[in-house]
Amino acid sequence: MYHFNFTPVFENFDLLLYGAWLTIRLSFAAMILGLIVSVLGAAARTSHSKVLHAIVGAYVEIIRNTPFLVQIFFLYFGLPAIGISLDPNVAALIALVINVGAYGTEITRAGIESVPNGQIEAGRALGLGPIQIFRYVILKPALRNVYPAMTSQFIYLMLTSSVVSTISANDLASIGADLNAKTFASFEIYLVVTGIYLVLSLLFSGLFKLIQNAVFNYPASR
Amino acid sequence: MIRQFGPSDILFIIEAVRWTLLLSAIAFIGGAIGGLFVALARSSGSKALRRISAGFIRIFQGTPLLMQLFLFYFGLTVLNLPINPLLAAAIALTFHASAYLGEIWRGSIEAVPSGQTEAATALSLSYRDRMQHVVLPQAARIAVAPTVGFLVQLIKGTSLTSIIGFTELTRAGQIVNNATFDPFVVFGLVAAIYFIICWPLSLYARRLEGRMRLAFTR
Repeated sequence: MYHFNFTPVFENFDLLLYGAWLTIRLSFAAMILGLIVSVLGAAARTSHSKVLHAIVGAYVEIIRNTPFLVQIFFLYFGLPAIGISLDPNVAALIALVINVGAYGTEITRAGIESVPNGQIEAGRALGLGPIQIFRYVILKPALRNVYPAMTSQFIYLMLTSSVVSTISANDLASIGADLNAKTFASFEIYLVVTGIYLVLSLLFSGLFKLIQNAVFNYPASR
Repeated sequence: MIRQFGPSDILFIIEAVRWTLLLSAIAFIGGAIGGLFVALARSSGSKALRRISAGFIRIFQGTPLLMQLFLFYFGLTVLNLPINPLLAAAIALTFHASAYLGEIWRGSIEAVPSGQTEAATALSLSYRDRMQHVVLPQAARIAVAPTVGFLVQLIKGTSLTSIIGFTELTRAGQIVNNATFDPFVVFGLVAAIYFIICWPLSLYARRLEGRMRLAFTR
């Protein structure tokens, strides 16, 4: 009969909470930067330039059809071979931004395409410049339309960020792994760490709901 | 001793593809069976069943697949079973896929107009007949595109089983990389193989999705 031993987990609970904070910080940074990449990518994807269109299309397809683990290995182990060495934490953040940026580009593009043409023409008729039109007439309604898809992608990003522990970047999963190596209470540690991730995903989805109410709290067009 | 990356390494990596495919197939079939039950429970009339299945989905969609793999891997020891990466990976991925497919298929079942269920009930069809002959065939049509999309996610997810020591495509890449220390080429090749497997599926899912959108636009 297996004898459960949660003592090492509770003795080091502050360490696990610190790990949770690291994961929040990393995911949050990746979300903000990933959103910027997504908007730029979607702008390029809906532009008239064929070259931009092809480049961003290839980026999106390559990232979405390869595992994140292989992407981060390529970035962290592969790039030093051509002379670019990265700190694990920097590599982790870059890999997450590149990854979520590809999914976000597709989501934002779908949002932009859902904005009716008449709305853009109305903006033009009001004498708005192209940048103003993109910012106020296209982007905001576009992001509003795809907000649920984008935020569930962000929560998935937070869960995916646990993979950065494989290149020993600092996050909740890597703190769990350290603790496991020291105490060998493997099942107990990962049970609690998994529970913390569950709480984090609930926290993030609550936070996204608050943001939705604050930012997109105006009546729908119809 | 570091050796040159050669044809035998390429062969070793390509041969490991079958483990990736086998594990994906096991998880997909297991997940399809589990997912059907989860979807039926999630859209059933029983409040208890709906609650339990919702909790199941929330747990598996709200925690990282990597942690799920660790839990099942170390969970085997808790049950006094010998540690077996393939078994742990297959069970974890089956549960994972059950939750995701259950949620996708719940949406598909609910997308079937309720008049269909009402008509079938009015004809006094039993629950089983109603589901089997009226609701599920229509839900299946809606579900194909997102299901293929999830299959891509599942195939990519099998790469994480390398971390609990199962030798599939990614782990084979790591092994070759440790011997040749040519990560740029090795992980580039591994990524290319995943891409060759996943991209056609993604394109297929997108084509189905487009066709579906046409079918539902009036």
